[in-house]
Amino acid sequence: MTDNGSPDNGQNGNGDHKKIRFPFPGLFKGLAFTGKYLFKKPATVFYPDEQEIPVPRARGVIALDTEACTVCMLCARECPDWCIYIEGHKEEQEPEEPGGRVKVRAELDRFDIDYGLCMYCGICVDVCPFDALFWSPEYEYSEHAVVDLLHDKAKLTDWLATVQPPPPLESS
Amino acid sequence: MDLTTGYFWLDTLIKVAVVLGLVMGLALPVIYAEVKLMAHMQNRVGPYYAGGRFGWAQPIADGLKFVQKEDLVPREADSAVFRTAPYVVIMAAVATFVVIPFGPGVVARDLDLGAFYLLAISSIGTLGVLMAGWSSANKYSLVGGLRAAAQLIAYELPLLLAVLAVVIQAGTMSLNGIVEAQGAPLQIGSIQVSLPYILTGQIVSFVIFLIAMVAELSRIPFDMPIAESELTMGYLTEYSSVRFSMFFLGEYASLIAFSLVVATLFLGGYYVPWVSEAWLNAIGPLVVFAKGALIVFFALWIRSTFPRLREDQLQTMAWRWLIPIALVNVMVISFFKVVI
Repeated sequence: MTDNGSPDNGQNGNGDHKKIRFPFPGLFKGLAFTGKYLFKKPATVFYPDEQEIPVPRARGVIALDTEACTVCMLCARECPDWCIYIEGHKEEQEPEEPGGRVKVRAELDRFDIDYGLCMYCGICVDVCPFDALFWSPEYEYSEHAVVDLLHDKAKLTDWLATVQPPPPLESS
Repeated sequence: MDLTTGYFWLDTLIKVAVVLGLVMGLALPVIYAEVKLMAHMQNRVGPYYAGGRFGWAQPIADGLKFVQKEDLVPREADSAVFRTAPYVVIMAAVATFVVIPFGPGVVARDLDLGAFYLLAISSIGTLGVLMAGWSSANKYSLVGGLRAAAQLIAYELPLLLAVLAVVIQAGTMSLNGIVEAQGAPLQIGSIQVSLPYILTGQIVSFVIFLIAMVAELSRIPFDMPIAESELTMGYLTEYSSVRFSMFFLGEYASLIAFSLVVATLFLGGYYVPWVSEAWLNAIGPLVVFAKGALIVFFALWIRSTFPRLREDQLQTMAWRWLIPIALVNVMVISFFKVVI
């Protein structure tokens, strides 16, 4: 394999013959690159002074649509961190006409997500059979104490307004 | 300049104060330039809030932070050596300024063996690094210190040979003499010009000196002694507080010192053509600092551009490439010195 024995490569393990490459063009290319960036405007966003605008599909926070939720508990069971707390009860609805069947409806009492535990995997959003959970790009919900990161149903419902419409389907 | 002749101690005291003030006064802007330039080269902003505008007070704030911290000495450490090492490093860095000429008369001490003194004193800093590495009683520090020793021995040679080439061409070891030799007019065709050594045959020495200088300072493409990703912080691992900041300051002081040496040896030093000696004393320092600033900028530019070399690549570069090239360079220079 080694045609014109290049003894300078002690470690050409894959048998390919390497030529000694003159390193200088690469060095200058690198210098030109960093030199160019010196005169460019930095990409930094001065966050508290300036708002950063995340992409629409950013995984900022999980929003809840209480109307769609059926208290099926799938999200709470699939959550790897067990950070979703759900409580509910069943309510019987009177039949619409006499002699009809009594309908049972699940009422959501509590739906808390502990964002101190959440790892933003999005499994709950994927697993929800009734599309009650959504990703929202909202990101300003930091708190001074860890316990305050447990956000309740009302807060999750507020975030529903910030959910962006889904992207159009691809044409097949 | 003759104002203080006869007052040896007063003279010395003033010189010490001026040099120390110079080192501290220059190190802070260089640190600031480093963080700011590096940030912009990496598409960031860098310090922004300290001091109100542009984060100009960041180096001062960092210094104050270091002073506030606890000065830890590991229990197993060789306490006396551990405590002295940073001062050896910074002393060596400051002592370099003694021979750097800022004007025909503006030099702390114009030694006849200036270049020799320079190389000798810069090796004392290595001793400090080795002391720090050995006395810390920490495996990272030890490996870092030994790497530093190996690296500084390897790069001391090309550095020395590059300076040797300049000394041969100038015919003197005094740095003032070298600047004057660069100021001597050259006859090119019908015009007389004085050119710095970088343009009159010392370009190879210049490049070798620059590479060896960055290695000697163990700055980023050659920072194996402190390689954070492998050795936490190398020989600095156990240092905290003022002692750490002494190492830090020493590093920047020697960066400035070496940059001024490059300016003196290769870029013509304080010399400006058609200016009388009195004026040279006045504007000479500014000229040297401007030339030194170019070199510092180049060192910072390299730092934010190149990745760290591997230990064996570093040694290969010194022993296999730089030293032979430097030797050939010395031979060529001496040949032309004799012929012309």
